[in-house]
Amino acid sequence: MYFNEEFETLPREALEALQLKRLKSMVARVQENVPFYRESLAKAGLTADSIKSLQDLRRFPFTYKQDMRDSYPYRLFAVPMEDIVRIHASSGTTGKPTVVGYTQKDIDTWSELMARSFVAAGVHKGDIIHNSYGYGLFTGGLGAHYGAEKLGASVIPMSGGNTKKQIMIMQDFGSTVLTCTPSYSLFMAEAAREEGIDFRDLKLRVGIFGAEPWSEAMRADIEGKLNLSAVDIYGLSEIMGPGVAIECCEAKKGLHIWEDHFIPEIINPETGEVLPAGEKGELVITTITKEGIPLLRYRTRDITSLTYEPCACGRTHARIARMSGRSDDMLIIRGVNVFPSQIESILMGVEGVEPHYVLIVERKDNLDTLEVQVEVGEDLFSDEVKHLQALSARIEKQIKEMLGVTCRVRLVEPKSITRSEGKAKRVIDNRPKA
Amino acid sequence: MHVEQISIFIENKFGRLAEVTRILGDAGINIRTLSLADTSDFGILRLIVNDTEKAKLVLKEKGFTVSKTDVVAVEIPDRPGGLADILQALDKDGINVEYMYAFVERCGENAVMIFRFDETEKALSALAGNGFTVLPGERLYSM
Repeated sequence: MYFNEEFETLPREALEALQLKRLKSMVARVQENVPFYRESLAKAGLTADSIKSLQDLRRFPFTYKQDMRDSYPYRLFAVPMEDIVRIHASSGTTGKPTVVGYTQKDIDTWSELMARSFVAAGVHKGDIIHNSYGYGLFTGGLGAHYGAEKLGASVIPMSGGNTKKQIMIMQDFGSTVLTCTPSYSLFMAEAAREEGIDFRDLKLRVGIFGAEPWSEAMRADIEGKLNLSAVDIYGLSEIMGPGVAIECCEAKKGLHIWEDHFIPEIINPETGEVLPAGEKGELVITTITKEGIPLLRYRTRDITSLTYEPCACGRTHARIARMSGRSDDMLIIRGVNVFPSQIESILMGVEGVEPHYVLIVERKDNLDTLEVQVEVGEDLFSDEVKHLQALSARIEKQIKEMLGVTCRVRLVEPKSITRSEGKAKRVIDNRPKA
Repeated sequence: MHVEQISIFIENKFGRLAEVTRILGDAGINIRTLSLADTSDFGILRLIVNDTEKAKLVLKEKGFTVSKTDVVAVEIPDRPGGLADILQALDKDGINVEYMYAFVERCGENAVMIFRFDETEKALSALAGNGFTVLPGERLYSM
């Protein structure tokens, strides 16, 4: 099943011809309208005419997240503000967020690519999509929402948090598709069990999980506990939002990246050299149709590989391997890869936990230790010690079960975790640098 | 017949108790009695004061997590076995004591204990049934 059969199955030759045409037009647009690119391309002595084949893309300079921060908030926009109909921002771990703007055409493209992603995952018109991605500045909620409407499915705009209500709605409304982070799906299943509800009895058929890297083991766990087909989705706000790439339900072997809108490359993150298909490196994406904020060779910092092998589903678009991680956020604790976002989703699933936490990593006697500090607000507070201790123990257990890492939860006073402008610093790594 | 107690979450950090008591002192609030439950990471300070609402307000303004709990004040004969008698009576009626601590002032010849029960109403009727005197909050706040 396809949402847009013509483009999703376009023969490689035609697809690459389309990419070339769109790339040239995109380069011409940014050179004309974005001072940052005008300067960097002039410095490199490049113009749209320098592009004779797709191979020429590798001569162009990269765009880094820092460039987006330096252009805060609007200086990378390629159209006048009156053409921007939506603004999102991504949470940087440090400093100012990165801001992205969408024209109406960008929103239409995003909706279509998300609709394509839903269909690839096995979703169709008539499905009831329970969307637990956060609504707001984060692109997850609204991205999935517009795609669901474009597809013509029924979407329930749940957003994140309030697990009990999520479960009630899922049960009562007969949700057939769940969209959230993989760890939150497991957390909900666990919470449901405590209420005497077995997720396997719900009508859920497909789960579309993303926004954090997850493993095949976790997929097996989720599929067993939730009795649904779990599909990996990839996206990042700088490029568009969710729906940049998706696994097809037919193969579940790599995520198709929508190549009529994005050109992916894999590079050696140290040298910047482009790596051949199959080799693991950093994913770099060029947005070839985006109007609001087109990016040339954007360094995603995500580690993966590319394959152009034909896929069982019939789509001709290249596939990226499931993410091994985002190079700059990942913590390695006693050999276990841990992303702050995974811990965050576990914490957010605990009733009453505020989104203020900090992870403190130390090394004691050659062993890494992880302390998770959680603020005790009024909703969490009990005047009996045993209740507070049970709370810490429960969070410790969940983190251990879901992420395989032992931690110690420390309850702290409200507002004792440092707030910063933009996003709070989530990780304090006191281990000696290697 | 309840007594209002406020509970405050305090991290085990230098000077936190001093800070709480200073905030209350500056607001003109008199602490009638207190108890501190502590763990290695945090403590719960439980207070009975002469103005519960005001105490809660000023502490919240300073960013503390504060909650209000109903506790029960019981007169206990100040003699050997006085406390044992009351605990035995409660035990017999299946009443669970979550925690307890002593009130600073005496009430005539009797000592006063503050109790937190898992089921306050049931505890109150058990106490009355066994002839113990429960003190109302208003008396304690101004004692």
